[in-house]
Order: sequence, then C-alpha cells, then structure tokens
Amino acid sequence: MAQAKVKLTINGQEVEAKSGDMILWAALDAGIFIPNLCAIRDKDHPQTGCRLCLVEIEGYDKLITACSEPVIKGMVVKTNTERVDRIRHTAFELLMSNHNIDCKNCVQNGSCALQETASKLKYKLKPERLPSIVRSLPIDDSHPLFTYDPNKCVLCGKCVWACEQSGAGELQFAFRGIDTVISTLGGVPLVQSGCKGCADCVTVCPVGALVLR
Amino acid sequence: MNFSKIRSEAVSDWERFKSKERAHILVGTSTCGRAAGALEVLDALTKKIEQRGIDAEIAQVGCMGHCYAEPLVIVAKPGLPAIAYGYVTPGMASVIVDNCLLKDDPCLEFALGALEDNELIPTIYDMPRFEYENRLILRNCGDIDPQNINHYIANGGYATLESIFKMTQKGLIDCIKKSGLRGRGGAGFSTGEKWEITKNAPGKATYVICNADEGDPGAFMDRAILEGDPHAVIEGMIIAAYGVGASQGYIYVRAEYPLAVQTIQHAIDQAENLGVLGHNILGSKFNFEIEVFRGSGAFVCGEETALIASIEGRRGMPYNRPPYPATRGLFGMPTVVNNVKTFATAPLIVDRGANWYNSIGTESSKGTAVFALAGKVVNTGLVEVPMGTALRSVVNDVGGGVPHGKKFKAVQIGGPSGGCLPESALDLPVDFDSLTEAGAIFGSGGMVVLDEDNCMVEAARYFLDFTQKESCGKCTMCRLGSKHMLNMLEDIVHGNGKIEYLDLLTDLAADIEEGSLCGLGKTAPNPVLTTLRYFHDEYEAHIIEKRCPALSCKDLIAYYILPDKCERSCDACVGICTAEAIFSGKKRIKVVDQDKCVKCDTCVAACPPEYSAIIRVSPASAVPETEKRPEKAK
Ligand SMILES: Cc1cc2nc3c(=O)[nH]c(=O)nc-3n(C[C@H](O)[C@H](O)[C@H](O)COP(=O)(O)O)c2cc1C
Ligand code: FES
Repeated sequence: MAQAKVKLTINGQEVEAKSGDMILWAALDAGIFIPNLCAIRDKDHPQTGCRLCLVEIEGYDKLITACSEPVIKGMVVKTNTERVDRIRHTAFELLMSNHNIDCKNCVQNGSCALQETASKLKYKLKPERLPSIVRSLPIDDSHPLFTYDPNKCVLCGKCVWACEQSGAGELQFAFRGIDTVISTLGGVPLVQSGCKGCADCVTVCPVGALVLR
Repeated sequence: MNFSKIRSEAVSDWERFKSKERAHILVGTSTCGRAAGALEVLDALTKKIEQRGIDAEIAQVGCMGHCYAEPLVIVAKPGLPAIAYGYVTPGMASVIVDNCLLKDDPCLEFALGALEDNELIPTIYDMPRFEYENRLILRNCGDIDPQNINHYIANGGYATLESIFKMTQKGLIDCIKKSGLRGRGGAGFSTGEKWEITKNAPGKATYVICNADEGDPGAFMDRAILEGDPHAVIEGMIIAAYGVGASQGYIYVRAEYPLAVQTIQHAIDQAENLGVLGHNILGSKFNFEIEVFRGSGAFVCGEETALIASIEGRRGMPYNRPPYPATRGLFGMPTVVNNVKTFATAPLIVDRGANWYNSIGTESSKGTAVFALAGKVVNTGLVEVPMGTALRSVVNDVGGGVPHGKKFKAVQIGGPSGGCLPESALDLPVDFDSLTEAGAIFGSGGMVVLDEDNCMVEAARYFLDFTQKESCGKCTMCRLGSKHMLNMLEDIVHGNGKIEYLDLLTDLAADIEEGSLCGLGKTAPNPVLTTLRYFHDEYEAHIIEKRCPALSCKDLIAYYILPDKCERSCDACVGICTAEAIFSGKKRIKVVDQDKCVKCDTCVAACPPEYSAIIRVSPASAVPETEKRPEKAK
C-alpha cells in the first residue's frame, strides 16, 4: 500500500514524511539529528525509555518523545530549544553517570551512540554535575560469539526486541530500580541459555555492552 | 429469576438476620481486624455461644473504619441497643457473652458507643468524626456480611441493573459524565469521558479492568472495599461494561491480598449463580464475565499500561501514552481501567442520579474522598469525607489529632509519590486540584501524619527510597534520576550533605518530573520538592550545622544524661544498654560513653518518666564535656 506523504516543519525546515511515520524517523531521514538510543523503526510499541529524543511540538504543553509521536500534516517541531536541551542533557548525564566510560578500550569506540550524541550536541562524555554510580557487575563472556558487559548497558531494550524477533526470545529485563539489568531467562550464563547464536542483539546494541568477541 | 423475586428473597434473608427477636453479633474480620486478632475473638465468641446454648447469629463483616480500636465487635440483643465494642480480646468476648447475652449487663466498660439512640450510652455517631464523615463509597463496609450477596441486595444492591438496561449506552455515560465523577486511582480523570472514549474507539472486543493493585505502603482502602463490600465493585464494573459495550472484565488484585482475592472470587461466583453476572444478565441480552487476576504486587503495576502488560503476560513496565488504554489497551483493544473506589461509586450515581452526586463536594471535585489515616494520629483507620473538607478537620476532628501531646509537623498525602504538607496548608480543602497546587497529589488516598519527632529530610528519603526501588528500570529519568536524588538525601541524613545539593536536588527533580515516561517517575520527586519547599530550614540545619532539628537522624545526634536530673541510685539505663555504653560516674551519676553508644534509644525509654534524665542533642558535637569512664571499668 503506497503511503501518503505529509509535510511538517522541523527546526524551521520543511520536511516530507510518510503518513504515520514517527517524528524521529522523519527528522533523521531529513538529516536532522535527534539523539536516540531505544528507538527501533519496526517495533510496534515504541520503547520510549531513554528519554533522549524529547522534542517540543507546537500546541503541546508537554515535551514529547519523537520516537513515539506520528507526524501530522503541518506539525511544527523544535528539537533544539533550551527546554528540550535541558531535559535531554540531564538524561544524557544520568546515563553517563551509570556507564563505565572506557572508550579507549571499548570495541564500540567510534561507532557508539553515546559518543555520537555527545559530539553532535556538544556534551561532555563525563557528567559534570553528577557523581558516577558505578556498577561492577560480572561480564558474561560465556558465549563463544559475543560478550555482555552490563556495566556499559544503557537498558535501551533493543536486544530484548531483537532476540524476540529473530532469536530465541531469551533476553529480558530483570530486577527493578537501579538494579535493573538485561538478563537471560532464569539468569543463566548466555551460553547455557537457549541462544541460537544469531547475534542480532549485538547488531542492535547502540553502545559497547553487547559486542562480538 | 426476575429481579423482584431475587430482591424479596434477599430482603427476607436480611430481615431474618436483623430480626429484633434474636441476638446478632458482627465481628470485623477484614485483614485489618485479623491483624489485631479478630479471628481469635470470633472463635472465642462462637465457642462460648455454643457452650452456653445461646440462640444468636454471628456474622463476619468488613472494615468499619475504626481500625485503631480493633478487634471490633457489634452486639445487638433484643431489649438492648446495638453496641459497638472496641479493643476486644478473646477474654472480653467471653465476658460479653456471659454478661450481655446471658444476663442483661451491656458491658459498658468495653463499649465504644451504641449504634442507635438510647437511654444508656452515647452513640458512636456522637463522636466528632461523624460530623464530617459521609460513608458513600464505604456505605456497606462493616454493616453487611460480604460473603452473603443477599445482604448487599437487601441494602439496595444490583437494583441499578434493572434501570441501566432501560437506558441507552449513551444515556448511561451521559449520566456518569453529568455527575462529575472523577477517577479515584490518583489522577482524577473524568470517568464519564473515559467511558465515552472507550465506547467510541474502534475495536472488536472492549475490556473493563478494575485496578486493585494498591501498591502504596500504608494504603488499604481498596482492600477494605473488596473485603467488605465486593458486590459494589462488581455492580460498578457491570455498569461500566454495559456503558462501553464490554463482555469481559478483569479485577487486578495484588497476590499479597489473599483475603480480598478470596472474597471477590466468592462474590463473583455468587453473582453468577444468581444471574446478575455472566450470560444474559437478568434475562437480558447482555453478557459480562469477570476474571480475577492476581498481580505480583509491584507498585508500578498499578500504572495502567504496566498493569495491562502484566495481564498480557509481559513484564509490568509502563508504555508511552498515547495511545491511552481507552483507545488501545488490553490485547490492543479499547479498555476501561478504573480504580476500585470509582467502580464502587458508580451504582450510587445510577441509583440516586447525577444531580444528587453532583451536589456533594466542591466545584471541580465531586463526591467523597476515602483516606487511610496512619502515622501520628489518634484514630488511625479508614475515613470518608466529602471532597472539600478542610485537611485540618480530617487530621484533628476525624483523626483525633496527634497523640501524646506532641506537635503536628506535616501530613504526607497521596502515598510515596505525594507530598508533605505543613501546618500552614491544613486549611486547604481536600480535593484533586488544591492538593496538586500545594505540591502533593490526591493519589490513592494514603494520609500519614508526622509529628515533631519526625525528620522531614528522613521522611523524603524514606519515600524516595521506596519509589526508587519500585522503578521499573525502563526510563532513564526515573531509574537514575531518582537514584541520584536518593544518594544526596542519604548523604544529608548521614551528615555528609553539601549545600550545593539543594540546588541540584531542585533541578534534578524538575527534570525528572518533566522528562519521565510514566507517573511513577513524574511524581517521585514530590516528597523531596514539598519538603524542600516547606521545610527548607531542616535541610540547611542538616547540611550546615550537622543538626537534625527533630533529633532523629542517628548520625547527627548524641545521648546525654542530665546530671541534675539523674536519680543516681536507679540503674535502669545502665542495665538496659546492650552496648554497655552507660556507666556510673562520680556520685553515681550516670554517664554515656559516646564512643560506645550505638544510639538505639532504649535508655531514653528505660529512664523513668519522673526523672526523664536522658536527652538527645544535635549536633552530636553539642554534647557537654562529660567525665571519662574510669580505666579499670573499661
Ligand atoms: C506508579 C503508579 C501506580 C499506580 N497505582 C495505582 C493503583 O494502585 N490503583 C489505581 O487504581 N490506580 C493506580 N495508578 C493510576 C492508574 O494508572 C490509573 O490512572 C487508574 O487506575 C485509573 O483509574 P481511575 O480513572 O478510576 O482513577 C497508578 C499510577 C502510577 C503512575
Ligand atoms: S529514542 Fe525516544 S525515548 Fe529513546
């Protein structure tokens, strides 16, 4: 079914997008950067967990996550206001305060979504206002194909979705609050889980938490 | 069976039960009563009555609201007024049987009051709280046997089913809209509007869900209703289902409420047997079934999208709204989610009319508010007052004020995500909008009273610790933001706070409120924001002077024995101190060895009140110089 196109304005620039598409994809397709960690184009229910993609939309009081808001004809979106920047900078600092910053030794160095966000939005990687909340959880290197480092994980949930889609559906969120982690069913080491080895989780991981060996 | 037949049978059952010819006894055996020993009392009563061969009917009823005086027993004996007895023990129960039932001594020494006007004793309705109370949502709780559907029907229950089937769906929804009913689950959304959106949303199946997750620590009104008047909830759900055109309903109850689960399930079975629930309700074409779903008892599962995920078998994590459940809810279909109290109110509105309901409460908040009063207040328990009643009346007149002559400090409203309001806010009317304006929320209706001994920084820390742990972990703001805030509060109560924390707390709180995914994160900073707003001086005292004004934060206080108050020959404090931190000094005046003291507070309680020689001082460094423990005693 050919989808109708709608026109909207993002940061003063006129953008054309498929009707029903989310603002985030419309912006990225048009070359306008909106930081995002948890959004997946094909996912039915947007995760809306990382809170980096918040934008202002004319006519709305609240900030809206661009990854979950479908475009509407004539919509006026702003991604770079002071208000937007304040909140997403806080979200970014919070994530980095809980991230083992070790870019030098990280496989993902150079292709990490956190680095990209920092450089595009001119944020420092190391939070200035917040002390770090270190996690020193064991790295799961039981699997022959890939490893999982929970201390770098941003809990975007992409791997959970990927594992549901093409893998064995073995990955899930576990525990609550600051202790939340991505875990196999029953918390067994990856190699003992029902993992089929598709490694799609590694492909979708935006940071250096799931990496090939 | 048609409804008039059902009703006339119910009425004769009820009349037999209430008959003045025969003694009948009510025992409050909800969870709150059981915790106080109601089952033992029930057992004692039953045995004694049997032993004495007395003809009397005993019924178990729900929470009567006076939880402070539990176990509660009501005895109605021919020739005597019905009398409520409080703090009943199995021993007292035996005495009541022997003296009141067997002889004619009403045992006034145990009585709280009579339930009807009489010559003997004042009625409980003469208590100041009844000037304010208006039990609509709790109308039957404590009066009827929740296991007996006839009691409910005889008191007007299920009568609305006859009238709704004569109404159009739109007519019914308009009636709810016109009544001004707002949801009692926290946010206060218009119930009529929610039903209308659901009815008009495209989708095959439509569901009705009753939210009985009630995860707030200290809140138990939904449990009390399910345990004390389950049919009111079922009837409300049927009304909603008819309005939106649903044929399947769920009651989401936390598994930690086993009695509520059991009571509501029993009620559902009874209602189905009588034909007021299930297929072709009362011979109409309308079908509606209800399933009880036991939740795992996570606070966040009370959030409607997380609740739906949980019923669908997924992890209880909130989803972005919109789409709201009303348009896309359970299994992707339009779904009404309402609180227990919202459903329990609906039958009254249909029965008595929108205008009647609309006349109770304030301009923007109609009807009544149910609170679970707890903390430093004389009459803990469930109270129901019209919206707009002054907070002061709830705390002082209904609640009986702060006990032990202590000074009121604050009232925490709306559960862990609510706010702490000070004395100056006590003249506020309780309604959705006033509370929100003051920085609290109506929330679930938890109301905890704090007195001068409560540290407000510690109170904020306590509540944030709860929400932080209950965060589902999905959203950055809530998972990490509230953790950073909590860490700062912990530093402050331990005496390691920095003055720049105050600005950072305020900034982070604002960002978390604005940037969080769901209501849990959005409201989590409330206890911190309200205490920062109303009790800023306490934060500063902790940080700058290392002083806890309430003398409660352990790291900031020290114990000191006033030499001229110490009785000297009394060794109570020395004997009780497990840390061996108190010794007899010169002239046998007792002295605290600060190095050994673990600040357990037991000595304060042990020191006889006529001396009251042991005091807490803050900052800890303010303890006067005392003599050192002699070497050999060390
Ligand atoms: C963290 C959180 C916990 C909640 N817990 C409950 C609850 O225990 N019971 C409840 O009825 N609503 C709870 N709610 C509100 C529900 O999401 C929903 O708004 C409510 O059930 C709607 O019912 P109402 O319209 O009758 O108020 C909670 C919301 C949040 C954000
Ligand atoms: S990309 Fe929108 S919230 Fe993460």
